[in-house]
Amino acid sequence: MAQVTFLEAIRAGLMEEMERDPSVVMLGEDIGVYGGAFKVTAGMLERFGWERVIDTPISETAIVGAAVGMSYLGLRPVAEMQFIDFIACCFNQLTNFVAKSHYRCGMPVPMVLRGPSGGGVHGGPFHSQNPEMYFVHTPGLKVVYPATPYDAKGLIKSAIRDNNPVLFFEHKFLYRRIKEEIPDGDYTVPLGKAIVKREGKDLTIITYAAMLHTSLDAAAELAKEGIDVEVIDLRTLLPLDRETIVQSVKKTNKLLVVHEDTRTGGIAGEIAAIVCEDAFEDLDGPILRVTSLDTPVPYSPPLEEHFLPNVQKIAHAARQLARY
Amino acid sequence: MKYPLTKDQQVELYYYMKLNRMLEEQMVRLFRQNKIVGGLYSSLGQEAVSVGTAYALEKRDWLAPMIRNIGALLVKGFKARDIFTQHMAKFTAPTLGKDGTSHFGDLKERYVVSPISMLGDLIPVMTGVAMAGRYLGQNIVALTWIGDGGSSTGAFHEGMNLAASQRAPLVLVIENNQWAYSTPVGRQVPVKNLADRAKAYGIPGLIVDGNDVVAVYQTTKEAVEHCRAGEGPIIIEAKTHRMGGHAQHDAADYVPKQMFEFWKKRDPIELYEKQLMAAGLLNAKSKAAMEARIEKELDEEREFAESSPLPPPELAEEGVYCEGCHAIEPAWLRPTAEVMPPNASVKPEWIVQQFGAFEELTAEEPASVMAASGDGNAPARKVSRNGKKPKPAAAARAAAKPGRGRR
Repeated sequence: MAQVTFLEAIRAGLMEEMERDPSVVMLGEDIGVYGGAFKVTAGMLERFGWERVIDTPISETAIVGAAVGMSYLGLRPVAEMQFIDFIACCFNQLTNFVAKSHYRCGMPVPMVLRGPSGGGVHGGPFHSQNPEMYFVHTPGLKVVYPATPYDAKGLIKSAIRDNNPVLFFEHKFLYRRIKEEIPDGDYTVPLGKAIVKREGKDLTIITYAAMLHTSLDAAAELAKEGIDVEVIDLRTLLPLDRETIVQSVKKTNKLLVVHEDTRTGGIAGEIAAIVCEDAFEDLDGPILRVTSLDTPVPYSPPLEEHFLPNVQKIAHAARQLARY
Repeated sequence: MKYPLTKDQQVELYYYMKLNRMLEEQMVRLFRQNKIVGGLYSSLGQEAVSVGTAYALEKRDWLAPMIRNIGALLVKGFKARDIFTQHMAKFTAPTLGKDGTSHFGDLKERYVVSPISMLGDLIPVMTGVAMAGRYLGQNIVALTWIGDGGSSTGAFHEGMNLAASQRAPLVLVIENNQWAYSTPVGRQVPVKNLADRAKAYGIPGLIVDGNDVVAVYQTTKEAVEHCRAGEGPIIIEAKTHRMGGHAQHDAADYVPKQMFEFWKKRDPIELYEKQLMAAGLLNAKSKAAMEARIEKELDEEREFAESSPLPPPELAEEGVYCEGCHAIEPAWLRPTAEVMPPNASVKPEWIVQQFGAFEELTAEEPASVMAASGDGNAPARKVSRNGKKPKPAAAARAAAKPGRGRR
């Protein structure tokens, strides 16, 4: 067992997969000699060489396109977006042929596209976004968004071993702020499985990524007021773990969804629909959501803080819900 | 001829072009009978490009066709029934009816990547194929086509730039058929020859008469050898003409009549037929026999397609994800130990040729300083200190160690 940061856990997962399987290769901008903009891939080139750790031109379209071609020959490429915001530059590839390849012509694409996402670090409108829902709306992709070092390592390994294209979002706020003890060596966390991070009986908060930690903080505060909150970390957004969601709502009868993504079209809407379909009779109150504002991510600290969910906003919504 | 063709091969080129055209003629009839579910795109007048290029590949090589490259699929060994069933959306089609037209492929036997409608996107994909083939030690060449229209896309540039910077063994055939749907090439691009685009990537750009199948074959063969020798990607522009509309629904009224007449006289099949007859490789009798054979074969294949069922509706729900239905197994033709530590391990540092400065500036620097600009990792395309290009042997050695010292 070792105490590692979120970032170190991802790096360990990548490193171990590279050691385990020569068909795993990496490509991206500045991932080799420089070790990546956030140093996630530091030490990879040194260990695995120029053929397996490929510094590419600034060409997101080419990076994803080439990763697909590599997959077709049975490799398992892990491509990096320097910031996940740049994923929009290869939106066409991902939605038009990466996602459809297996369905339309039986050609699996076992690639991973990973990169730093999310706000709270004053990155401004182009370096702070949460574009996951564009892709959750794309059948054929898998979308993973871990919140803890343990899960990050286990999920990146599962993503690499999966036969489908997996988008792996790494919340950059967590990179060096979150630490935990994780087992040394190989273990995996299955894709498509949520986890109950805190048991409770009064209401359920469903969340993911950095908002897990904010939600857990809110739950601790609410506990002092006698509100017993269950907190679920989705971990994978596509496929969504319907069962865990419904089970928890059936138990607590109240649901609050928290996400850092903007409000309209966020996953809260999808979860609300699932709960209405499968647990409507069990609800004792409205399904509420705490999300970022429906605006671009602003740069200046007071603006960004206003934009993002926080403990106060979550606690406020939870109190409101608890009154039902 | 630099790459001689046997008599049989010369006749076979003719056969594939005839098969290509007669197959499409049958499909036009099916379209008019409302038996083709979607659109029908024709390669009429462009058969020499598809057939001549694909014929220059070896079995192990990869290709990714575009919508007008049915001829290449035939050369790669697909059957007419594959084309018929695809267009008729049948359950017996290679994609079981999930996709149409020439949108299918085969990763395991024929090494064909399924086309992508978003133009240009196949270029980075095939760059990845080329890079993976090299990584696995397969010594393959990847080939794909792009139209004059598709050459304007960003993916074209990103793909070619990556291919060139990685020295990937990629042949890009720009099939210049003069028309992007209804817009002539002169209104889309500011250069006369699309092959000139190659200069931007520091790679060769060849131009060939796309209606001369032997010339197309010869040029592609040269390009394939260039790639196989580790010299990096190459562009071929094949000048031809689309002898119809964008698809069956399009009457192509915007094409000047005289332009059709001009190109009609240069029909690739008729031109080649004359050559073969002059060489004594074809005569009226053998031609008729071949046509009868093709017609019979096509009739059987078409009947198979027509009598095939449509897919069951529930199939729509299946196959979004690979749940272990496909084995992902790369075919290693080199020891994997080469790409694993400690063999793969390197010193992670860049070596910058001439420090990026004019040669005159660096010429005066002491050798000890310039040593840091070194050539330890064999650069992608090395230009030696005196500005001369390296000898072919050195280039081949550099290519034999792909990925080393990309700068």
